Amino acid sequence: MKERIIFGFDPFVIPFTLGMVFIILYLLTGTTRIVLSLSNSERVSLFKSLFSRSLFKSIKEIFTDVLLHIKIFKRNALLGYMHSSIAFGWFMLIFIGHLEVMLYTPHRNGVLYYPVFFRFFVMETNETLRGAFFFFLMDLFLLIVLTGVSLAIYKRFRSIKLGMKRTSKHKPGDKIAMIALWMVFPLRLIAESFTADISGGSFLTKGVNKILFNFVSNHDYMLPVWWAYSSVLAIFLFALPFSRYMHIPTEILLIFLRNAGIKSTSSRDGFAETEIYSCSSCGICIDACPMLSVEEKSKYTTVYLIRLLRRRKSESLGAVNQCLMCRKCVELCPVQIDSCRLKLLKKGEVFQNGVFNHNYRKDEVEKKEQSVNIKEQDGIIYYAGCMTHLTPAIYTSFIKILKRANIPYLFADEDGSVCCGRPLILSGGESSAKALIRENTALIESCTYKTLVLSCPICLKVFKENYELKDVRIIHHSEYIDELISKKVIEVEMSDMSAIYHDPCDLGRGCLVYDAPRRALSKVVALQTIDSEKRESICCGGSLASRKFSYSEKREVASDSLNTLIAMDPDLLITSCPLCLKTFSSVNRKETLDIAQLIEKQMIKH
Amino acid sequence: MSKFGFEIAKDLRRDLDCSDTLLFSYVKSRQPDILKCIGCGSCSATCPASVYKQTSFRRSILMLERGEVKELKSLIEGCMLCGKCNIVCPRGINTRDIILTINELFIENKL
Repeated sequence: MKERIIFGFDPFVIPFTLGMVFIILYLLTGTTRIVLSLSNSERVSLFKSLFSRSLFKSIKEIFTDVLLHIKIFKRNALLGYMHSSIAFGWFMLIFIGHLEVMLYTPHRNGVLYYPVFFRFFVMETNETLRGAFFFFLMDLFLLIVLTGVSLAIYKRFRSIKLGMKRTSKHKPGDKIAMIALWMVFPLRLIAESFTADISGGSFLTKGVNKILFNFVSNHDYMLPVWWAYSSVLAIFLFALPFSRYMHIPTEILLIFLRNAGIKSTSSRDGFAETEIYSCSSCGICIDACPMLSVEEKSKYTTVYLIRLLRRRKSESLGAVNQCLMCRKCVELCPVQIDSCRLKLLKKGEVFQNGVFNHNYRKDEVEKKEQSVNIKEQDGIIYYAGCMTHLTPAIYTSFIKILKRANIPYLFADEDGSVCCGRPLILSGGESSAKALIRENTALIESCTYKTLVLSCPICLKVFKENYELKDVRIIHHSEYIDELISKKVIEVEMSDMSAIYHDPCDLGRGCLVYDAPRRALSKVVALQTIDSEKRESICCGGSLASRKFSYSEKREVASDSLNTLIAMDPDLLITSCPLCLKTFSSVNRKETLDIAQLIEKQMIKH
Repeated sequence: MSKFGFEIAKDLRRDLDCSDTLLFSYVKSRQPDILKCIGCGSCSATCPASVYKQTSFRRSILMLERGEVKELKSLIEGCMLCGKCNIVCPRGINTRDIILTINELFIENKL
């Protein structure tokens, strides 16, 4: 390979070079701004993480998530191929381009535009064989990218074929960058094909070269194509900061920040800003969102909310108040943006206490009577929670199970107690909730047993995350029942009924309890499985997080969620959350039961 | 039982011509659900905060309509937003939103 153009310059490289300089400066300022906005301790941990094991973890994640998009592959192979072909293919084109420059024209190392327009500046010599390897690779990756781009164009029209019912709607900036991106690779193919008989090529460029020369044989015509290629790249680079493609560079920073253990503490601090800019608007969260059951709520889904946050629009608060906080979008997000945390922080920032005053019950919590003979760890504290008091069947059944198993227990809130605090936290009043947390902590600490069993996943999540109960094991009643069965403390018999289990959001995605209830249920019923279960379970709609969902809208979400659950017509719908039970009972024609009710029914009574 | 006995009832007269219904109309415009209330009292019956404080959602709607802002505050200040009233309401009123709206109005109007 040798240089064809003596100075290694042609005016057509100017648009690209300008774009490249612009984006490099933009990214440098952006990164510095974010690093500066971190607190001192955060900066120290970021710095430390760069010299520890987490560096390798970050590099691995950059490969698997940013380039190969393994997570999307697992969801839908074609969609995954579309994302990874463009990302990884393009990366390889850039990488091999640089290798070529290093090998053949080492004196041009560091010239911004040279690797991109390498084929224009060089010509083939006798040592083609050495080049042929790279020619082949370059053509191969260009082909891969082109297939990815054609899939992307196809997806704009028929997204369902790529496993997406809906895709995100784009803003003008996104559209300009997207169309420029689509045009980059076809233009590159034409431009490189034009010069393929001079600078060499492989199966793709040589082939196109032969076809092209049937129409245009004069090499002078290639300059306009190279101009077009350079200009389209420039448009893409200039539009990048104003488009969703900003996620490409930001995601790398996000991975480093996340692996340094940094978390957002306000909806607009350094980390939150990185998360907001890392959203690729891929739209996977749209299909995941249970709010979609109500057509006009689709504009409040996470992808659009993040867009509002990014543009600092005041409407973002309205969207935050709509969300049911089921965390499914967080679970499925290929970039793992913790949007629910952002939403909570946003709510907390605007929440002001105008009327509330929760400092009641100053008198000592009376010590509950306990029998002295029993060892402390043998018994349990049972805390039903507000919602379970609305569905007394759950605690009645659970207490029957406890009595059958001869387990000493203390019903901490038998006569009611203050709320666990999570509904208040979900409304943004985390500081007001502290009074409630204090009350309940005193109540639990007044009991001597060291195992706390809760029936309500909403309470479970807040007890696990916001309470500081020393040496107290906090579990859900479904986990406890599973333990009782596996330790053979209670015996159950199989029934001839089929059932489907609904994972409550706060128990499944919130506390990662998926298997314990299933293990217990499989001993008593024939348990069906569906696609949208475990981490993909759909919210029942009863959520306390949404402030704006009306009764009828909640019912629509519930019946949609129910229809997915009972697709295989099970005899029973089982859940382990009093709120889900309440919501589903009102729409389900067949029986809806809590796991405690079913186990109590199937218990062998000697 | 210490309070058992007879005493002179408090004056229950309200001069509705002088009542300040501004707050009510604000709430009405932001959350029209409030008009659905039939005053059945399910919300107050199930309220866990009513054990500790004089909390009653039913009464707070009544006081809001009458413009008794001071009494209104004492009726909802104990609310923990647990949402039980929301679930038991036979009219499906979004009670939590109404309470949060009242809270916001108290801040906005510096009441």
